[in-house]
Formats: sequence, structure tokens, C-alpha cells
Amino acid sequence: MAVIAGRPNRGALLPRRLAAVTDSRVGSLAVYVIRRVLWMIPIVFFVIVITFVLMHSAQGSPWDKAGGRQLSQVVVDNLNKKYGLDKPVFFQFLLYIWNVLHFDFGLSYQYQGKSVVQLIAEGWPYTATIGTLAFALIVPLGIGLGVLAALRQNTRVDYATMGFATFAASFPNFVIGSLMIVLFSVLMYHWTQGAFFLPAGGWGVDSHLIMPAITLALLPIAYTARLTRASTLETLRQDYIRTAWAKGLTERLVVIRHVLKNSLIPVVTTLGPTFAFLITGSVIVETVFSIPGIGRAFVVAVTSRDYPMILGTTVLFSVVIAVANLVVDILYVFIDPRVRLT
Amino acid sequence: MAIPVAASEPAAIDWEVSEHQIGLWQDAWTRFRRNRLALVGLAIVVFLVVVALISPLLVRLHILADPIYQQLVSIETGPGVNGHVMGTDILGRDTLSRLMIGSQVSLTVGLLVQGIIFPIGLAIGLASGYFGGRIDNLLMRFTDIWYAFPDLLFVLVVVSVWRVQGPWYIQLIPIFGAIALVNWVGLARLVRGQVLSIKEKEYIEAARSSGSSPLKLILKHLLPNSLGPIIVTLTFGIPNAIFLEAVLSFLGVGIQPPQPTWGQMVADGTEAIYANPSGVVFPALAIGFTLLAFSFIGDGLRDALDPRMKR
Amino acid sequence: MAQRLLEVKDLHTQFFTSRGVVRAVDGVTFHVDAGETLGVVGESGCGKTMTALSILRLIPDPGRITSGQILFRGRDVVTMTDDEVREFRGNDVAMIFQDPMTSLNPVTRVGTQIEEAMTAHGRFTDAIARPRVIELLKRVRVPAAESRIKDYPHQFSGGMRQRAMIAMGLSNEPAMLIADEPTTALDVTVQAQIIQLMKQLNRELGTAMMLITHNMALVASLCQRIVVMYAGRIVEEGPVEQIFKSPQHPYTWSLLRSVPRVDEARKDRLVSIKGLPPDLSHPPPGCKFHPRCPFVIDKCKVDPEPELQDVAQNQIARCWVLMRNVKEEDIEAAKQSALSRDAAAKLKAPTAELGGNPRG
Repeated sequence: MAVIAGRPNRGALLPRRLAAVTDSRVGSLAVYVIRRVLWMIPIVFFVIVITFVLMHSAQGSPWDKAGGRQLSQVVVDNLNKKYGLDKPVFFQFLLYIWNVLHFDFGLSYQYQGKSVVQLIAEGWPYTATIGTLAFALIVPLGIGLGVLAALRQNTRVDYATMGFATFAASFPNFVIGSLMIVLFSVLMYHWTQGAFFLPAGGWGVDSHLIMPAITLALLPIAYTARLTRASTLETLRQDYIRTAWAKGLTERLVVIRHVLKNSLIPVVTTLGPTFAFLITGSVIVETVFSIPGIGRAFVVAVTSRDYPMILGTTVLFSVVIAVANLVVDILYVFIDPRVRLT
Repeated sequence: MAIPVAASEPAAIDWEVSEHQIGLWQDAWTRFRRNRLALVGLAIVVFLVVVALISPLLVRLHILADPIYQQLVSIETGPGVNGHVMGTDILGRDTLSRLMIGSQVSLTVGLLVQGIIFPIGLAIGLASGYFGGRIDNLLMRFTDIWYAFPDLLFVLVVVSVWRVQGPWYIQLIPIFGAIALVNWVGLARLVRGQVLSIKEKEYIEAARSSGSSPLKLILKHLLPNSLGPIIVTLTFGIPNAIFLEAVLSFLGVGIQPPQPTWGQMVADGTEAIYANPSGVVFPALAIGFTLLAFSFIGDGLRDALDPRMKR
Repeated sequence: MAQRLLEVKDLHTQFFTSRGVVRAVDGVTFHVDAGETLGVVGESGCGKTMTALSILRLIPDPGRITSGQILFRGRDVVTMTDDEVREFRGNDVAMIFQDPMTSLNPVTRVGTQIEEAMTAHGRFTDAIARPRVIELLKRVRVPAAESRIKDYPHQFSGGMRQRAMIAMGLSNEPAMLIADEPTTALDVTVQAQIIQLMKQLNRELGTAMMLITHNMALVASLCQRIVVMYAGRIVEEGPVEQIFKSPQHPYTWSLLRSVPRVDEARKDRLVSIKGLPPDLSHPPPGCKFHPRCPFVIDKCKVDPEPELQDVAQNQIARCWVLMRNVKEEDIEAAKQSALSRDAAAKLKAPTAELGGNPRG
């Protein structure tokens, strides 16, 4: 438990024993984690508030089905009473918070009788599978391409990978997804007389996962590759790389221990936002490929004003993203020894 | 041997490297011009703007087929059939003309939203940097929380709630609002950073010279120094905004028909994808290349305005 | 004559940039004998660092060694294969760099960095290398070496970092150590400590050293011979005392003028050299130093500088004039005009430093 000379004595306010703990790096880490977890609470709360306010500021009630039969007032009143919509907004809000703390997100307006939690649970496996698959593509491909481009700077390999990255980054998910369907489902079916093609949607067979996962992963791969390349180029210019060469180290050692160990640090910090992107991306990808995951459920909920569902999924998404960011931040502390945990 | 003479003042030929003062903007423009990709991007954008402006006229003059009313002559045809260069959609409307009219929406959203983001981001960034202290803290915490909310989800929620009837440019208002609300943070942070660094430099001088208020000094120095990064940030915001609008249309919560929008066209095309895949391909490519064009311009601007690059 | 440890023969290293070819090392010939300390001096940009990097074949793109020989114990480094060079680096010849903060990997422990220098060449196994690191750190006077090996560079002070770098450089007991401005990035007090250390190590280990610096005081303290470089070429070479007493090239003379010396009368003020080092892609015609030379004659502006010629026992220089041919009154006149130039500059820019000590 080395105490570095000259650091301000935080222990002055804490009893001796506790101070010894918090001054150690392990102790600081624990404090840091706790502080970040506590900070998540106002963030999620804020998200709930905003979404709640927006939901209830909408015109019309959830029972207005555009183009459908208008329900009679009696039915509407009953429904309102059932879902507690006749009470004042503030009261509804408090009730909602109370329920959330008990993991009860209410019943869906859209699907009679099903609770939000149920719906989320149903959609979860699909979203998680595709998300994990995409992540498994992003990390090796994104980092690998970026490092390759940096080590072979200004060669054809570099231009090719960066050109690909620029394209992939500019075409939105649904554009790429749709084009992929055209290419691999429709055209390929034509060209091979139905022998070989990728399914355009649905679930069941492994081949159903290929296109959605790739579509979802493409943009983060491009972004990660660009960042990795830039970071690696920057690292290669550093003096300590020259020192490493001067010591007579092999290229392998120089690249792995000296170049990558430094250049991947900023890349790790983008894993959090990448995760967030996988979540928002799932909304689009699941719609394009008709996958019954949470993302698509969210879109459906939005278009049909299913308040509890919207609130529930938004809360879920925010929590997941906040947790992912927290994990990344903690990981960062372990990766970069220069970081101080004040 | 000749008698050596102590040299008096610098020799006739000055071998120190002399530096011409090139105006920042001229320099930037020269650098921008050298970037072929950026020029291509610029060409595409200019072309799109022209298309957006003259296509309603072309429709009225019957040079372009009507994009709104259904025709029953040819439905879901591929490119080149019956004189329709890009084919028709499910209501028999000419895809090319719908594509051209659709550019109106995309460009309007992309370009004008920045006009909303700019004052908001600028004001908040200025306030945060200038006042510092509690206000700065508060605003930065606020933006941190804002960051936690994924932008697409927020936009979807806002747009679903806030729907307006009317012609397409009225319908755009909530969309503008939603997109601007999500994207102002980046600009605010940039401006704040600039203000803070200027504050450090300028306050010292201001203290010494007294006279004009620090705010004026900050504004005076803010513009030349940070106009570059601000422009780059705004430029990169354009494709982001176009993208968000396209996603909204694709999901059906953006501008409602009959006004054609590219996102909508992709969605419609997907439904008949087996019969007529070109219905998806053309609007998809249009979106993709537009975004690409703006990205190239953004990259070009960023490289051109980067103070670190030497001649 | 016994084989010399290092012989550099007519080395040319050039950079092929979009602005033209930069002749960073323009025909350099010198040698280092076993155990001796050679000083290489000159302003920034004169090619001394590039010469050193050439010896280790560390020239970055777009540079290349275009011709010449670098003979280490008779073997030509320029024609070595990549594997041979790798063996050579850090093992036969080691190099330490100017800024120890940026020259050490910030995310790897110091102990590991020293250790890998040793294990890279297969001379030490892991088991031997690890305790040897502690031994090395003790040798360079790093306190609490056992716990220090687990620290990261940012936890070391500047002086300690440089000591660690020296330990790293000496870890394989190289025949020669190249030190590029080893004290420039350090505080003055720490500089003195490092100089002491280097003197001591040189006595203890007998390692030859090529000391690159623009600090004449350092040279006086550590070196036996000195080579003066300007614009990629050697302009003077000789034993230290001789050069200091009677420098023959005006540039050497000017350099010595701009350094405080205890052995000179107090009334001699420090003077700076006017002008800036030349742009090596577009050098001036004639002698490359002529625009800044206090004793320039017409011939210097037209004819390129002469070949190196003997000017005294063991001392060579390349100049059309040579200091011994300069009249006393001209020397005084040169000093005066330099002084007044400095005074005028001081009036113009009150906060600018005069002939300062460039850091970092």
C-alpha cells in the first residue's frame, strides 16, 4: 500500500484505518466505483422523468386508434381507470417510480394482458444474440483493420481499409441492411436459382443471424478501425517506440507491448458508446429484418403510443448503457496506470 | 590570404527561412481544393441543392413525372420500363421524380437544423465557459446526463409524441426540434472549451490593460480562433441530421405521405422488394451518397482548417 | 593500427521530402576508440542526432542512408540484414535519448522495460534478468530499487528516469553507448548528478561513449575528443583541451564564446551567434556557415568549404580562413558587434531569452 509522497492527505477527514484503505489504489478504485454507481441513479431518474413528461404531454390518449373504430366513452373511462390514467399526473409518476423499484413496469396497452416485463423478456434473447454476435465481430475486425492500416500506412492496404471504413460509416444501418437484402436475398436467389441465398428475416436457422449481425456491426467496425488507425499512428511517432527499436526488440514485441498497449487505450473508451450504438442500432436492424426483439418492440410501442412499453424499454436501454459505460470506465483504470482516481 | 573582415550586419542574401503570412482562409481554401474527395463531395452537394430547388418547377412544367398522384399505367416496374428511368413504385409513381422531390426534405433538415443548433450550442457554451463555477458545473452535469440518453431513442420518443398536421414543412418542426435537442451538446462543449482557453489568456491581458469588458474580449477572440472547429462540427452535424430524418421516415414516424422522402421510399421499396428491388436500391443509394458527400466535405474542411498542418 | 571500435566513413543520410532532398548527414567521417568518450557538438539540426540514429539504423521515413560505411569492429552496419541489426542494437551499441519522460513506455513498468532489453538478445534468461535489473538500478544510484522496478515511469522523477534509461542502455554491457543530449531535459542540479554518474560508470565499465550535446560544459567535463558538426558535416575535430584553447573554425570559436567559462576573464561577455541554422534542403552557396560567420571573406561566399585539413597535432578543421589567421583586432571587432547586436535584440523583445538553454 504505497502512499506516494506529496499527495494531499485525504485521510485527514476520515478515521485512520479507513484512510489507509481509501488511499491505496484498491481502495480508491472501490470508492470510484461506488461513486459512479450512485451517479447512475440521477441519470436514470432523469431519463424516466423526461420520457414520462413527454408521454403525458402528447395530444390524444392512447386509446385513439387512427383509422380504427373509435371506442365509446364508457370503455375509454374504464380503461383509464384500469390503467390509473384518471389520476393526476404527478400521482401517476410517483406510482410509477414505486413500481419500478419493484421491477414492475406495468401492463402494456397494446397487448392486452401482457406486462411490459414479459414483453421485454420475450424480446430479450433475440436482441442479445444479435448484439453479442455483432460485438464479437466489432472488436477483432475493427481493431485488426485499424492496426493493419496503421502499420502499412499509405500503402494500398491502408487506402483500401480506410476507404471501406468511410463507406461503411456513411451508409446508415437501414440502407446497408436493405441493400444487403436486395443483394443476398433477392438477387442471389435469382442468380443461383434458389440454391443459395440469405434469409431476409425471421428467426430459427443460424443463417438468419448473418445479415442482421453484419449490418449492425458495420458502422462500429468502421468507426473503431478509423480510431484505432489514428491512435496507432500517433503512438508510432512517440519517442518510446524509438527506444524500443533501439533496444533491439523484435517487431512482434514492439508492436504488441509498446504500440498496441498504448494505442488501444483510447479505443477501449469508445467501447461504451459502441455498446450504446448496438442498442439504438438494434431498433433499426430488427425492423429491417423483422426480428422480434426489444428494438422492434420499441418501435411498435412508439407508433402505437404504448406508454408503459415505451417507458419500460427506455428505462431498460438507459440502464444498460449506463452500466456499459461504467464497466468501460472501470476497465480503463486497469489499462492506464497513469489515471488517478481522485 | 585576404584580410578577414568582421561582418557588420546580415549578408545581402538572407538565408533564414522567410515566412509569408497567408491569410488563414485563403490557405484553408487552397488546402481544401487539393483534397479531391472533398471536392467531389462539394460537387454532389451543389448538385443536390440545385435538384431540390428546381425539381418542383420541373414537375410543374411536366418535364418530370408527377410524384404524388398515382398512375395505374405501370406499377412496381424496374428501371427503364415505360420511359421511367428509375422505374415506378407501388402506386405507379415515377421513382426518379420522387427521388428528386424527396431531396427537398433531406437537404432542408440537414442544413437548417444546424441553424437551430448553432445559437443554442453557442449560447450555452458561452454561458458555461464565461460564468464558470457553479453554472458551468451545473451545465456540464446536465450535458453529461443528456449524453446518457441515446439520441435515436430520444428523437423517436419526441417525434411520436409531438405530431403536427399540415404540409411537409410544418411537419418538419417537431423533427427539427427533436434533432436539435439531441445534437446541441457537441457544439456547446466545443464552444465552452474555446472560451475557457481564451479566458485564461485574455483575462491576464484584460486585467493589465483594463478598459473593455472581458466579455467583449472573449467574443472578439472567440470568432477567429474557434470558427474553424465550429464550422467543422456543424458540417458533420448535417449528415447526422439527414440520417435521423431518414430513419424516422423509414420507421414511419417522420414526414407523412404524400410528400416523398427518401427514408419512406426505402421502407415502401422493402415491401415489394422481391418484385422490384430497384425500388429500394435507388433511394438507399441516394441517402448513402448524400451522407458520404457531406462526410467528405467535413473531412476536407477539418484538414484544411487544422492549424497544426504546415504548408 | 588496431581495429577501431567504430569507424564511420563518408556517411550520407538523406531525407526525401516533398520539399526537396534534405542532406542531413553530408559526408561524415570519424571514429571512436574502445573506452574513449567522444563529444559531438553543434546546434539543433546540424545532423548530430541523425548521425547517431544512422549508426543504429534507426532513420525514420522518409530518410535513408544513401552511401558510406559504418564499421563496428570491422563489420559494416549499413549492409547488415534486419536480424543482424536487431542483434546489434542495444547489445553492441546502445543509445539513450534526450527526454526520459517520453522515451519510456508510460504504461509498462520500468523494471519490465529494463528486463526486456536484456532478454531480447537471449543473453540472459528471465531468472537471471530480473534480479539483475535491481542490481543495475542500484548501480545508477536509484534509491529503493527493489520496489522501484514495479513503478511506472510517471512515478519517477526526471533524474531517476534518466538513470533508469542509462541502466537500460548499459544492461547488455555494450561496447559503446550513444547518449543524445542526456541532460538537456533535466534540472541544472540533476544535470550535475547525471554527469557525475556517467563519469563514474565510464571509469567502472570502460564503455566507449559518443556524447551528443550542444552543451560545451558537458563536453569539457566528460570527453577526451570532440567533433564539431555544422549543416551535416564535420567542421572541426580534435582533443578537447586543444579545441577549447585554440579552436580553428569560426563556428567552434563562436560556440565557445557563447558558453560561460570559468577559465576566462570575467570581462568577456557571452555572445550569441547571429542568424539561424541553414535549411538543409536549400543550403546557401559557398561555405554553409558563411552567412553567420564573423570572419567571412569573399572566397567563402563562392567556393564550397575546403576539405578537412590538419591545423595542429591531431586537430583538423575545414575553413578558408582559420582562426589562427584572424587578426586580434578583428576578433575584438567581432565580439563588439555581437554584443551590440545582442543589446539591440534585448531592447526589442524584453522577455525573450538570450542564447538560452533549449530544453526538450
